[in-house]
Amino acid sequence: MDFKSIITAALSIGILGAALGAILAFASKIFHVEKDERIALVQECLPGANCGGCGQPGCGGAAEAIVKGTAPVNVCPVGGAEVAAKIAAIMGVEAVEGAKQVAFVACQGCREVAKDKFNYYGAKDCQEAAAVMGGEKACEYGCLGYGSCVKACKFGAIKVNEKGIAEVDPEKCTGCGACIAACPKGVVKFVTYGKAVKIACNSKDKGKNVKVNCEVGCISCNACVKNCPFEAITMVNNLPVIDYDKCRECLVCVSKCKPGVIVSSIERRKFTIKEENCIGCGLCAKNCPQEAISGEKKEPHVIDQEKCIGCGICFDKCKKDAIIKS
Amino acid sequence: MKLILIVLSAIFVNNYVAVQFLGICPFLGVSKKVDTAIGMGMAVTFVMAIASAVTWVIQEFILNTLHLEYLQTISFILVIAALVQFVEMFLQKASPALYQALGVYLPLITTNCAVLGVAITNIDRGYNIIESIVNGTGGALGFTLAIVLFAGIRERLELANIPKCLEGFPIALISASMMALTFLGFQGLITL
Repeated sequence: MDFKSIITAALSIGILGAALGAILAFASKIFHVEKDERIALVQECLPGANCGGCGQPGCGGAAEAIVKGTAPVNVCPVGGAEVAAKIAAIMGVEAVEGAKQVAFVACQGCREVAKDKFNYYGAKDCQEAAAVMGGEKACEYGCLGYGSCVKACKFGAIKVNEKGIAEVDPEKCTGCGACIAACPKGVVKFVTYGKAVKIACNSKDKGKNVKVNCEVGCISCNACVKNCPFEAITMVNNLPVIDYDKCRECLVCVSKCKPGVIVSSIERRKFTIKEENCIGCGLCAKNCPQEAISGEKKEPHVIDQEKCIGCGICFDKCKKDAIIKS
Repeated sequence: MKLILIVLSAIFVNNYVAVQFLGICPFLGVSKKVDTAIGMGMAVTFVMAIASAVTWVIQEFILNTLHLEYLQTISFILVIAALVQFVEMFLQKASPALYQALGVYLPLITTNCAVLGVAITNIDRGYNIIESIVNGTGGALGFTLAIVLFAGIRERLELANIPKCLEGFPIALISASMMALTFLGFQGLITL
């Protein structure tokens, strides 16, 4: 046995390894980059999906920007108020709460109601389809239904429904905006989370042109604007816009809209007065925009269900909990 | 003249990915998008050029003098792994911008067998240090070419109508093999 060669081999590799290790250890000292320890803490709070919804390159980038102060603590639209509060605690500042925004597909023009202008046999992708004369749909603003937004969503919050129109689940939606960026038609929009009434049309065309292409398109008839008891709706670019600060979710616009463009996720609410609680103060009657409440002073009042639109102002005004919502 | 031939040979004729089938792991892993493929290619170029020089020095002055040629593979792995770590630390300090661009890919190259392949080929062919570095750079450019081309193909594949059973990796492997076949067309162009 030639032990010498074994020892030479073991020693030389050992020394080489030790030397490299020493160089690396030394280098890590020399090239040590000061990192704020808060970056790691902030990054732990972030969801870690690297969706880019904040505009930063991934959650790591966002954490760095927050610590540097170039991004606000509530920069993450996905984490929402909960994450913002945690980060604010780390950074030692107050979190400003903003209303959560979720994506909404403003189109109902499925194959049955919206006309096609040609037959499309190309790749099943919205971008590709949109590149061919803006897609096969006659309406140039509508959802093509090939699901580019579905692919973009990291949270499984969008699906293309059986009618061939994309649909957002507001509970799963985190408001990162990836689908909005992916949609070539701009038909996916932000709406405030939890608002019942939405405009499900994206067509900026004039009424006549819309009617030719789609049965469920907004024809800018202004019925919603005229009938809204709270003047919450205005027409912008041939599309109604709801001012959610004014909207009471009375659903008058939903019932007045002939093509059914305005959609609601709730039923019309009904209000009744519980006689034993009502002291007849008249506060509800005074505030009712429809004058649907009547009654003698100091006597229980009655709501005329024919006139009532379900706006709920009386419910908010009553101090005695005498009005019941159903 | 010989240097030009070495570069052309490393890029086209003996392409490390398409002809010698080295470095397949990052080739399949980081080829989903053209942007990331370019980043990976640049990182590989950077590391391969330096690794060629360093491993040549190790071979010449340590292994050859001590008659330990049989320890080539293990010592090269050791050196390359340490080198990549060192480069990563150095970049982070010296050039944060370059680190931002290459940082994600550098740790992946630690285990890229194309780097080890280049180092061993250099020694086998008896190149001197200049030729080794040129061969390393050329090989890495060939890797970049292959991975960028393949990423382009995969971006197109995303949109194609593919039979269900072939979706994802199966179709990627089939297209990779077809791309490798086209590279065989360069065979015999240059003989070194």
